[in-house]
Amino acid sequence: MDEHALRALINDVKAGRLSRRAFVQTMVGLGVTAPLVAQMLASAGVASAQTRPENNPTKRGGGGLVKTLWWQAATLLNPHFATGTKDQDGSRIFYEPLACYDPEGNVFPILAADVPSVQNGLVSKDGLSVTWRLKKNVAWHDGKPFTADDVVFNWEYVMDPATAATTIGQYRDIKTIDKVDANTVKITFKQPTPFWSGPFCGPTGQIIPKHLFEAFKGGKSREAPTNLKPVGTGPYKFVDFKPGDMIRGEINPNYHVANRPFFDQIEMKGGGDAASAARAVIQTGEYDFAWNMQVADDILKRLEQGGKGKVDIAVAGNPEHIQCNQTDPWTEVDGERSSAKTKHPFLTDPAVRQALNLLVDRASIHEQIYGRLGQSTANFLNAPERVRSKNMKWEFNVDKANQVLDAAGWKRGSDGIRVKDGKKLKMVFQTSINPERQKTQQIIKQAAGKAGIDMELKSVVPSVFFSSDTANPDTYSHFYTDIQMYTTTMTQPDPQRFMDQFTSWEVASKDNKWQGRNIARWRSEEYDRVWKAAESEMDPVKRAAQFVKMNDLVIQNVIVVPVLWRMSVSAVSNRLKGTDASGWDSNFWHLAYWHREG
Amino acid sequence: MSRYVIRRLVIAVPALLGISIVLFTILALAPGDPFGELASNPNVPREVAQQLRAKFGLDDPIPLRYARWLTSMLRGDWGFSFVSRVNVDTLILQRLPTSLFVLGSAQILGLLVALPIGTYSALRPYSVFDQIATTLAFIGFSLPTFFTGLVFILVFSLWLDWLPFIYRADIAATGWRWWWEQARQAAMPVAVLGLFQGATLTRFVRSAVLDVIRLDYVNTARAKGLSESITVGKHVIRNALIPVVTLVALQIPGIFTGDVITEQIFRVPGIGSLLISSILANDTPVIMAITFVFSCLVVLFNLVADMLYGWLDPRIAYR
Repeated sequence: MDEHALRALINDVKAGRLSRRAFVQTMVGLGVTAPLVAQMLASAGVASAQTRPENNPTKRGGGGLVKTLWWQAATLLNPHFATGTKDQDGSRIFYEPLACYDPEGNVFPILAADVPSVQNGLVSKDGLSVTWRLKKNVAWHDGKPFTADDVVFNWEYVMDPATAATTIGQYRDIKTIDKVDANTVKITFKQPTPFWSGPFCGPTGQIIPKHLFEAFKGGKSREAPTNLKPVGTGPYKFVDFKPGDMIRGEINPNYHVANRPFFDQIEMKGGGDAASAARAVIQTGEYDFAWNMQVADDILKRLEQGGKGKVDIAVAGNPEHIQCNQTDPWTEVDGERSSAKTKHPFLTDPAVRQALNLLVDRASIHEQIYGRLGQSTANFLNAPERVRSKNMKWEFNVDKANQVLDAAGWKRGSDGIRVKDGKKLKMVFQTSINPERQKTQQIIKQAAGKAGIDMELKSVVPSVFFSSDTANPDTYSHFYTDIQMYTTTMTQPDPQRFMDQFTSWEVASKDNKWQGRNIARWRSEEYDRVWKAAESEMDPVKRAAQFVKMNDLVIQNVIVVPVLWRMSVSAVSNRLKGTDASGWDSNFWHLAYWHREG
Repeated sequence: MSRYVIRRLVIAVPALLGISIVLFTILALAPGDPFGELASNPNVPREVAQQLRAKFGLDDPIPLRYARWLTSMLRGDWGFSFVSRVNVDTLILQRLPTSLFVLGSAQILGLLVALPIGTYSALRPYSVFDQIATTLAFIGFSLPTFFTGLVFILVFSLWLDWLPFIYRADIAATGWRWWWEQARQAAMPVAVLGLFQGATLTRFVRSAVLDVIRLDYVNTARAKGLSESITVGKHVIRNALIPVVTLVALQIPGIFTGDVITEQIFRVPGIGSLLISSILANDTPVIMAITFVFSCLVVLFNLVADMLYGWLDPRIAYR
């Protein structure tokens, strides 16, 4: 679909001839993420669907205690030090960002009075600045007012390298932040920024109070007493925190949303394992909510028959995929294998990659291994809707794979393995140790065998595979095998950062200590050009078309074979309502609206 | 006596140093690093992890890091956790009361089971009671605690729905209700650990009593007409308990390590679960501190066992 057709569709939505939902579904089918679609509509002046189905309480509190369970416990409560979602979620009970991302990826204001857009003039047309109007009469838990100074301070705090803030990636593209008045800030970017909601929004956008952290900026950041005793603006006030175990909060009687929150106390207990956490919510009802259910779907289904809770599935953008190494993993050049100076002996042959793409039985992997926890997909860039892409198609067809390989001159040898120019189609397939992944490997190996490709399966301990240890050859970023499989997480609703993993300057190598993000080491001038264009493209429609193009380039060239589009899964008690899980934000993004029924 | 203690303590110093060097080297050489999660997150620039590594001194050579750890340890500074950026001693002290409560109760339960059953078995060896007790004891110490823990959860939480299987360090209740809740949630972890201990101890008490009961002075006591209860209570058990007391002292560090898995199963926020989560997060300062505390406990309780032995048995002299 080209730019022109997209514009026609948007006009249909504007005129009411096409429903907003139908438009979103179509776009998602094209491989455009829902947040981006929302952005497209917003910039075209179509109002976003702000009305969320919810109850309307007449008073604050009265709900008693809500008990939540994270099988990885939060270890710190300063959002700028968070090393994972557990820490971001823990902090989110007390701290809030200017805005959140709802399940459809729309920007949902929290501390902001409204959502900036080009139409209301708060986002500049050139994309160089965004102005946020802050909600008035918001107070920190200690009674001090929340103002523009706090927002400016967070940027300064994060940007000080000595603070070692983990959120710096969201803030370093900011040139300056100006305080327009006590309740307005203007953020000026270094270059046109279509994704202006990067800073101060979502899990990394939580704002800490200036008056308590001012003295602890930079080198002294670790010493701030408020690192462990947060004073925020959120629906719950801090009561107690034991790192690695338990967070407790009590209702904030002055919360800035009327008649919220519903619960009087909140508890976030950590530790243990995912399966017993699922039991505690779904089967025994001891807890109300549990995070990240990495449990086989058949077990979850059995637990659900107990009837005290259920599984809640939110769409996110995380693809489980197989990468085809474009460099030679078996030859050492300048002290590294898989060096960008080499070429893979057979994976650079498009026919071999085409064949691989035909040999992954995505339907079986989806149905027999992952169940509701994923969807089979043809796309690398997926989005929150169940409609499959119309641009890209996948199929499982051993005969066709055989034909492709035959046509390319790969002849079967006496042992049934194909050979061409003395090179045998033998490949090493690595992944991390995880029951689902080993089952998937088996399914693929079997199909490959039928097409005359010999696969040697290798599995690596997760703590090694996903580590950034430069001395260990078995990490995913060294990629010292022919193909490998894992999931990359899309931590942001905007795909720009996510898609940089195929740009040529991100190729992982010894020089960048294997921290480059382009693991398959594919290089394409065309891809680089489209990516760069999207980075500063202010027309959301053009930009969407660019992301579709990037996805299609990767899929058509079979640089990766998407195996499964994974969902984010939580367990929720039947009586707990309003959790409204969003794959684009913290589990607690909607915490103020959680309530209990019956 | 005091010279003996001092000598033992002095000998303990090189032993502990050796242990700490081994621990530190193994941890430093082990794969994984505390900022791995940051490195795989596209939104965190790679400089951040590098900066953190440099800031926390992770890129320095191992001997230098060890020397730094040792000197600050000697000054009483245990360092801070890479993951939570909290001081290690604060973390450990926060967890200690829970662990001590669970372990102490388990040990008491174990003794309460072992003493009467072990003694009674020894008084009537190869009787039906003894056979049953022996069988149960063998089953008890053959089953690992993680297995019994899961069985307990299945029976008491899932089937009968009597007890909660998630332990909470601070219960939001006061007075009798607090005690009731505490007893309910501690029942399963304490029973799992206590019965395991009890099974081993039962066998030990039985053999110790059997050793003593055949001795001549017991026959003498009986011959001069003392009642059976006085013979057993005053003459047999007191002497039989000497090796048992030392065994209990020697077992205490072992319980701490055995407790690691039980704490994980029941989510007891004690030292053991802190150790596991730190290992999973590659949080070296915390792992180092806890394992080092465990080794200190081993050395210390060895000494305590020796002291107790001499105190209970005057025939043993220290030189």
